[in-house]
Amino acid sequence: MESTGKIVTFILIITSIVAVSLTGLRELTKSQAAINESVFNKRAILSAIDKYLDKPTAQLTDAEVQTIFSERMEQKVVDMDGNLVDGMTAAQVDLAKERKKPEAERVLPLYIYNATDGNKFYILSVRGNGLWDEIWGVVALQDDLKTIAGVAFDHAGETPGLGAEIKDNPTFPAQFRGKKIYDEQGEYTSVVVRKGGARDKNHEVDGISGATVTADGVTEMLKRGIRYYEPYLSKAKS
Amino acid sequence: MADVAVKDKPKVQEREPLFGAKEKKLLVDPLNDNNPITVQVLGICSALAVTSLVAPSIVMSVAVIFVTGFSSLFTSLLRNYIPKSVRLIAQLIIIASLVTVVELALKYLNYPIYRQLSVYIGLIITNCIVMGRLEAFAMANKPWRAFVDGIGNGLGYGAILILIAIVREIFGKGTLLGFGLIGPSNEQASYLINTAAESGFGSLFAWYSNNNLMVLPAAAMFVIGILIWLQRSYNQKLIDIS
Repeated sequence: MESTGKIVTFILIITSIVAVSLTGLRELTKSQAAINESVFNKRAILSAIDKYLDKPTAQLTDAEVQTIFSERMEQKVVDMDGNLVDGMTAAQVDLAKERKKPEAERVLPLYIYNATDGNKFYILSVRGNGLWDEIWGVVALQDDLKTIAGVAFDHAGETPGLGAEIKDNPTFPAQFRGKKIYDEQGEYTSVVVRKGGARDKNHEVDGISGATVTADGVTEMLKRGIRYYEPYLSKAKS
Repeated sequence: MADVAVKDKPKVQEREPLFGAKEKKLLVDPLNDNNPITVQVLGICSALAVTSLVAPSIVMSVAVIFVTGFSSLFTSLLRNYIPKSVRLIAQLIIIASLVTVVELALKYLNYPIYRQLSVYIGLIITNCIVMGRLEAFAMANKPWRAFVDGIGNGLGYGAILILIAIVREIFGKGTLLGFGLIGPSNEQASYLINTAAESGFGSLFAWYSNNNLMVLPAAAMFVIGILIWLQRSYNQKLIDIS
């Protein structure tokens, strides 16, 4: 049996070696890892306006993604009254944290893409609950601020092949293109994921069989999430 | 057995070839006769979880090979210094730090894959194969052999992982490594953000519709079961005579 002294010394030595070397490695890789993460998030945002980019998001290099964001993307933050928040950029807002705040105190990220042909796309971020965990996504609006130009969803833990289809199956987000978030009277309607198939071709999309809860989560997320931007949207329109 | 192996190796052994018959056996045995997944039935959890697509399975295999190899090496180097009463803690420290290295490296090299594997990289720490080899082999053998043994077991694990993933991806998604193989459209193939997937033989069996069960972890259980059955019917050494 070893003495306690030997055991303590051994553990102290091995933990200090491990701690120092891992900290060193982390420091070395930190900046690149942060860049990778931000490019990953930027790609997710761009994928909502995939159809309007010069090439699909999947074919863009990391450098091209960065260029698009620095040259063509306005990164703003809006508050719940629809005013722009000064001194913040969209990437600083973490919707997961904002969801925990009281509604009136939240701020929202807003990306505005200025296409080469002069068109503008307003990209809103939404977040909600799926079946197992959180789901989130981006909704790109056309210049008229009521037609959806594209959406992209992601999730933390939906069932592969069922709920995860909101991300994995490109035909699901593709359905949202061209849908309207306001009806003809100008009332806010959002877009509904309809179980059993869309009935209203302007405001509904087909659900995913076997993933009703996730689909309802998407409906709810869009309904609330886009409404948060309404004060801003109505100001921007006038 | 442990004590014998540590004390009774005379210095003469140093002259053995660097990669002799014993090393070869250590490397090849886990691929078939003593496979960690199909024979020892270890490391099942991650084999079920990450094998729905081939690409992440390959990354996972490489990660596990790295961790089993180097944790065996370091444990073996330290085996005469590790106090017996805290040896499991010492082994865990070694495994956990190597897994952290893998995690940092993935974040640095390929962030999308890191996101896809998410918690499963961290869970390599709890993979029984790693700790099993440390306890059973590395604590009682010289560093080089322990390293080869670790690599061999990692390879055995990886081989099964990739086999399962190939079956699951083809029948669950109609693709292989993201390239369209069977079934009608293969738009789904662009599952890796960095890969611009082109459909290859997308219309080969256009009537085939993807099997959703194959995408779920339960399908991996069936595939592993079939693999074990096949292996046991062909490998004479594994046939249970009793």
